[in-house]
Amino acid sequence: MKKVLIPLVLFIGLVVFLAVGLKRDPREIPSPLIGKPAPHFTLFTLEPGDAKFSPIDMQGQVWMLNVWATWCVACREEHPVLVAFSEKNQVPIVGLSYKEIQPQDPAYKSPFDEKLQLARERSQVWLKRHGNPYMTTVMDLDGRVGINYGVYGVPETYVIDKAGVIRYKFVGAVTPALLAEKILPLIAELNKS
Amino acid sequence: MKRVWMNGALNGVYALSVSMAMWFTPQAALAQATAASLAPEPAMAASSGLVVGREAPLMAEDPKLEARLVDISQELRCMVCQNESLASSHAELADDLRNEVRELIRSGKSDQEVKDFLVSRYGDFVLYRPEVKPLTWVLWFGPFLLLVVAAIFLGVYLRQRRVLAAPAAMTDDERERAKQLLKG
Repeated sequence: MKKVLIPLVLFIGLVVFLAVGLKRDPREIPSPLIGKPAPHFTLFTLEPGDAKFSPIDMQGQVWMLNVWATWCVACREEHPVLVAFSEKNQVPIVGLSYKEIQPQDPAYKSPFDEKLQLARERSQVWLKRHGNPYMTTVMDLDGRVGINYGVYGVPETYVIDKAGVIRYKFVGAVTPALLAEKILPLIAELNKS
Repeated sequence: MKRVWMNGALNGVYALSVSMAMWFTPQAALAQATAASLAPEPAMAASSGLVVGREAPLMAEDPKLEARLVDISQELRCMVCQNESLASSHAELADDLRNEVRELIRSGKSDQEVKDFLVSRYGDFVLYRPEVKPLTWVLWFGPFLLLVVAAIFLGVYLRQRRVLAAPAAMTDDERERAKQLLKG
């Protein structure tokens, strides 16, 4: 009996390990930025002109940073969820347009001003068509702010507290379930303190 | 990149063996002519292999910097393809990160500082050789622990088997029967 039982238990253990391993998303990597101050940046916003945005502008508020781009397919899936969420006005969402002009784009090597203008135009058209959940969108043309935030797959969403500390990060398309179960309770808790 | 390097190494080994053969047997010099015509083949295969995929970005003017870049980025994981190093990945983020590393090297940062820069953004996962610390002990020492456990099991098993397989003394009856069988 014992002779059969030991391999059986070992085998079941192995199966459980493999099953859990299969179910896990390899893209889900714990971010070292959680609990750390949101990296500083100053970037042009989507609106024409020289207006700039910096995370310092949000001090004293709990807010969300959502990394997106018009070329990003998963963002299209996520977008209606964000638009519906923003209509409830529970938390300001700042968009970060990540590398709108891709290296394979003929405009990639254009001067900065031209690239900025083109990226703004494209993003505005896209937001007009799909709705705009953002209080503002900042233009990260070369993706260096993205690197500072550890962005490796668009879309990505961050929750930042009143003191400017990153409290949560999610890679991939945000779902209504995630908003209801994880993000909203966290925001409520952060707003209390 | 690796294939080119391998071909380079193979050609090096080949040249060495040819010159050694010549040292010992002058006749080998003849063989060299025939063998040398084979040598360009792997080189050609390597160059045709490089055509696949996107056009490789130009190497910077500074070969020393590039060498250090390759050195560091071979130890780093590309976050997009995950099983490729930052040195070999064609992902766009890898391009950006290589540029970032280039700039850090140019600004006089040490290898460790460059790695720390990436770890602080992407976590320990970017390192193919994570630091040895309590959190990674299982990763580093787990396999050895398993080996020790397996060795103990093997030892116990072998000892048990030795007891089981010990030659049992034959009874007189059995000996008699064996004798009969051998005779028959």
